[in-house]
Amino acid sequence: SASRKSLAALQIAQTIRNYSLGVLPDGVDWNSEAFSRNSKAMDGLISDLQSHIHKVLGGGGTVAVKRNRSRNKLLPRERIDRLLDPGASFLELSQLAGHELYEESLPSAGIITGIGPVHGRLCMFVANDPTVKGGTYYPITVKKHLRAQEIAAHCKLPCIYLVDSGGAFLPKQAEVFPDRENFGRIFYNQSIMSADGIPQIALVLGSCTAGGAYIPAMADESVMVKGNGTIFLAGPPLVKAATGEEVSAEDLGGASVHCKTSGVSDYFAQDELHGLALGRNIIKNLHMAGRSLKSGLQNINSEYKEPLYDVKELRFIAPTEHKQQFDIRSVIARIVDGSEFDEFKKLYGTTLVTGFGRIFGQPVGIIGNNGILFNESALKGAHFIQLCTQRNIPLVFLQNITGFMVGSRSEANGIAKSGAKMVMAVSCAKVPKVTIIIGGSFGAGNYAMCGRAYSPDFMYLWPNAKISVMGGAQAAGVLAQIERGNKKKKGIEWDEEEEEKFKAKVVEAYEREGNSYYSTARLWDDGIIDPADTRKVIGLSISASMNRDPGETKYGVFRM
Amino acid sequence: TVREFSASEPRRIEKILIANRGEIACRIMRTAKRLGIQTVAVYSDADRYSLHVKSADEAVHIGPPPARLSYLNASSILDAAVRTGAQAIHPGYGFLSESADFAQLCEDKGLTFIGPPASAIRDMGDKSASKRIMGAAGVPLVPGYHGNDQDIDLMKLEADKIGYPILIKPTHGGGGKGMRIVQSPDEFVEAFLGAQREAAASFGVSTILLEKYITRPRHIEVQIFGDKHGNVLHLYERDCSVQRRHQKIIEEAPAVMFISCLVSSCNGNSFVQPNVSNDFRSHLGQAAVSAAKAVGYHNAGTVEFIVDTVSGQFYFMEMNTRLQVEHPVTEMIVGQDLVEWQIRVANGEHLPISQSQIPLSGHAFEARIYAENVPKGFLPATGVLHHYHHVPVSPTVRVETGVERGDTVSMHYDPMIAKLVVWGENRTAALVKLKDCLSKFQVAGLPTNINFLLKLASHQAFENGDVETHFIERFQDDLFVDPSNSLLVDKVAGAARFGATLAAACLIEKENSEFRENLPGSKGINSIWYSSPPFRVHHCARHTMELEWENEYDSSGSKLLKISTTYKEDGSYLIEAEEDSSQCVEVKVTCIGNHDFRVEADGVIMDVCLAVYSKDQTQLIHIWHGSHHHHFKQRIGLELSDDDDLEHKPRFEKSSYPQGSVVAPMAGLVVKLLVKDGTKVEGGQPILVLEAMKMEHVVKAPSAGYVHGLHLAAGQQVSDVSRSNNTSSSLSFLNSFGKSRDHAPKLCSSRVSYRNFDTISVVRN
Repeated sequence: SASRKSLAALQIAQTIRNYSLGVLPDGVDWNSEAFSRNSKAMDGLISDLQSHIHKVLGGGGTVAVKRNRSRNKLLPRERIDRLLDPGASFLELSQLAGHELYEESLPSAGIITGIGPVHGRLCMFVANDPTVKGGTYYPITVKKHLRAQEIAAHCKLPCIYLVDSGGAFLPKQAEVFPDRENFGRIFYNQSIMSADGIPQIALVLGSCTAGGAYIPAMADESVMVKGNGTIFLAGPPLVKAATGEEVSAEDLGGASVHCKTSGVSDYFAQDELHGLALGRNIIKNLHMAGRSLKSGLQNINSEYKEPLYDVKELRFIAPTEHKQQFDIRSVIARIVDGSEFDEFKKLYGTTLVTGFGRIFGQPVGIIGNNGILFNESALKGAHFIQLCTQRNIPLVFLQNITGFMVGSRSEANGIAKSGAKMVMAVSCAKVPKVTIIIGGSFGAGNYAMCGRAYSPDFMYLWPNAKISVMGGAQAAGVLAQIERGNKKKKGIEWDEEEEEKFKAKVVEAYEREGNSYYSTARLWDDGIIDPADTRKVIGLSISASMNRDPGETKYGVFRM
Repeated sequence: TVREFSASEPRRIEKILIANRGEIACRIMRTAKRLGIQTVAVYSDADRYSLHVKSADEAVHIGPPPARLSYLNASSILDAAVRTGAQAIHPGYGFLSESADFAQLCEDKGLTFIGPPASAIRDMGDKSASKRIMGAAGVPLVPGYHGNDQDIDLMKLEADKIGYPILIKPTHGGGGKGMRIVQSPDEFVEAFLGAQREAAASFGVSTILLEKYITRPRHIEVQIFGDKHGNVLHLYERDCSVQRRHQKIIEEAPAVMFISCLVSSCNGNSFVQPNVSNDFRSHLGQAAVSAAKAVGYHNAGTVEFIVDTVSGQFYFMEMNTRLQVEHPVTEMIVGQDLVEWQIRVANGEHLPISQSQIPLSGHAFEARIYAENVPKGFLPATGVLHHYHHVPVSPTVRVETGVERGDTVSMHYDPMIAKLVVWGENRTAALVKLKDCLSKFQVAGLPTNINFLLKLASHQAFENGDVETHFIERFQDDLFVDPSNSLLVDKVAGAARFGATLAAACLIEKENSEFRENLPGSKGINSIWYSSPPFRVHHCARHTMELEWENEYDSSGSKLLKISTTYKEDGSYLIEAEEDSSQCVEVKVTCIGNHDFRVEADGVIMDVCLAVYSKDQTQLIHIWHGSHHHHFKQRIGLELSDDDDLEHKPRFEKSSYPQGSVVAPMAGLVVKLLVKDGTKVEGGQPILVLEAMKMEHVVKAPSAGYVHGLHLAAGQQVSDVSRSNNTSSSLSFLNSFGKSRDHAPKLCSSRVSYRNFDTISVVRN
């Protein structure tokens, strides 16, 4: 009987060991009216998104693409495909930058950026699209280029510049040239990154005029393609105007001149494919001896489970109407490995969900909104961020936040103090941070949940995302009150119809400016993603952030 | 005396030297090993690492690659036998197998020659003599004239007696040389004189014989075997009618059986195929046995007959006094090992069974797989067997081969790669198996006749057994793709495009999975970047590939197929050919081995095999799927030519000097002049030595030609040309080199610029 007793004990012990504590249930009510309304609205958003993307993938249009092909040149995405390892993924950033930003269309802002592996090493690609305005730099083009460099500098990713550009877009030179975050910053970044040991590689596949000439010149190593690649400070027309010298582009700054005579370039490529192959070789030979990853970031399981629920269902879960509540756990359940999520402080500050999980085997701490932030939720958030930074666990923010609780009770409880604690924690956390706006992003909620100003390593939007300082209706209400006061002082009567018109205008402006396309066009984020790609995009983004040593997090003074 | 001794005192053979190479050497060794007999191989320099050397217990080098210096070098082969203590020599086929002198030499050295007596070889070697002997022995001969009197008028009379058409051929030699077919009496004289001239030129003997020309002949031969005790029996017949360039390519045993089957011929007439009934077979066998006995034959031999398909008559043609290439088809139907018989007979044993005990079971085919260029008239090909994978061997499928993957088929020897031998319960069953095995027989690296053999075996007339020696000529329209037949050309091109589609999918799958498995750097950290399918934001990853299709049946050459592959979410590929985007195929690939894939294409699951190797700057891709075999080329690198990166040079240097000039690479002192003005030089030949910066530099000629305008002396200072402010004075020495084939001493145009010289630095202590 003693042996039977011990057997029973063993069975209990095994049961406990196998007890799946953290597996999230599927909380979605697929039969609800809200769900069918959501899925219909999201269907529309996704098909809109796809049609915008379709246009952008076509580059500068069929005529320009045809001209490009006739010069034996590939399109920028094709060039990147050939540089990437066989069968490797590519995390393209801000595809819709420049969307409806200028009178003329500027697909992908005329420059393709993104991350992918070459010979197993993750690299940042920056590729001019010569089919879009000759690859010239509009203000948004500069911004996109700089953002790519910012990520590369932060994540220590070697940069590969696929240069094929006519330089600055001259009509907009005032917005392109003089300021701190303008054209000159590109070369500044190259220098600083090079000094920091981050390889800078330029492949000159087309023209590289004026300021653009400094991209290969500043690079650690550069490749030039015979016939197509040219580098000069001034092109043949300008040379003729300046000195009267008549010279062909090839004689002035072709691959031969620069690889043999001037030394501006290092590798001579017979054609574009050869040039791209040389580019791969350069990365192969980097070696980077002695630069190994820090031990804290190597806690990766090579084996992982897929989530229990279909990640595609995310398309129908997030409400398109922001007033509607939904459980953030149904999103988390579709992102984390095996839908396993070990929640931290589950019963406290329940409007913020915090906990640990893994994405493609990589440990993550997830912070998601489940309603307005209260005192307790903010304190819980700050606590959880501290935990993750201590343990070098990357943070994922799932934003769907209308803001912090307002009102006298909240203020008296020191909601500003609690919010400040969370903002301090978010700001100082040096672990990789990835933010996804899956719904609303309003007011100080945007700050506490690691909005753009808090420099998340990567930030993406779902197509239904809304970003603004407050809701349109609220803003209209506030502005109408002020306006009525002003008018009253001047003794003007404001009839109701006028006021409604005024409010409608404000609401319309907030709708437009809070729209995800408005944001992504201006590079307030790193791209709109399909909710179905969320797991993949977070996984790749965190992986890309793992190349660096996060360093030790130090916090400022917490107001207690 | 030696032979008598071995006959009375049966000393068994314990070690055999095989005076041959390739598949037959391997085949003989296999039987020898089974019998516990040790084997000795001989090899030329070209065969140092070949299969027959590896398969032997011992191997002896006998000379350089040309056969006449090695495999035909009787004395070094005999030396090898003596050195290794072999008691017997098996000559295989070809080389010395039908050399009476060699057989005699063996006997003289006390070695057993595994083959017939030298006298029989000699008797059968001379075609006229052999026919005389056969005629005397009552073996039916083709009506003809074999007389020594070569008077033209007499010969013409004889020809009239035989009846036209008449075949004129030299008594010596072979291979169709000097042969003439004469359709009518008025063509006779001219043809006769021509044949005589050709015979004299080719064989040194101008004796001519006349024969009745048989319009629709079949080539049927009988395998005979004799022992040293006067017993001779036959092992039925083989049909070797299908030939190209007078060489057999498909043989079968027994000959096709027809029971008075009416077959419509090309010209609409009906004729009766010979009924190879048991009656006919025993007549044929008896005639063969009589022929062998007439020359005192022992060991293996083959008596060839020509059968007139119109009359059903058979006539003696010649006797091959050796083991034939196609002996396995006989072995398959009688269930005997003829090489074992050869050894036992050579040991002096009696034949193991009697004529009535020889079984006859089923039907066997042999297809000879050659390295050859079918569309170029079956010309022999050479090359490396980059991929060689034959069908699995079983009791009913034999593959006789002497090569392995990586071996070279050289120009020195016969380009046969293998013999594929299959057995079935009847002809139809055997033919089904033959076609299946041919379609699975994989060779890449050199052109082969496999596809052609497959077509041949699949031809309706072949299936019907309507074989004759002109089969290939008769059905050439079916066997070769006629470029003017657009329907057929389209069909072939469509199959190739489908092959390219499958090849693209397999190549991508293979490359990606290989890369995934051998991820560089810290393993696993970036592995999520290689998940399948590759991730792209809001679109599917695509892959484009250019495959050059080599159409081996069309002289128009290769065709570029641009193939675009889209990765689908479920891991399959959507593949379209650029020129025909309507044809979109969904393909799912599973890698099974290094070369083998299981592929689902538009719902059909099949086996696909891929062989990939690279040569120069191209990758060659062979694919086998279903009964198809296609090959494609893919560019993987650059063809770098010297001129390419030199064509451009800055203008200020370009215009200064005439083409072909040599200009001082730097300022320095001329230490030594190695040539004089006007000397003829080779490209790269040193011209002078220059000293600068404490180092000696050798200035070389940029190209072959003549030196012009060399006005320098040792000790003279030369300056640097790049100081272009004073071009004329800085031109220190200038030599011109003309690139001229006729070596005319003048300045010829040369594409070599001044930068094309080569300098070698020599550090001086």
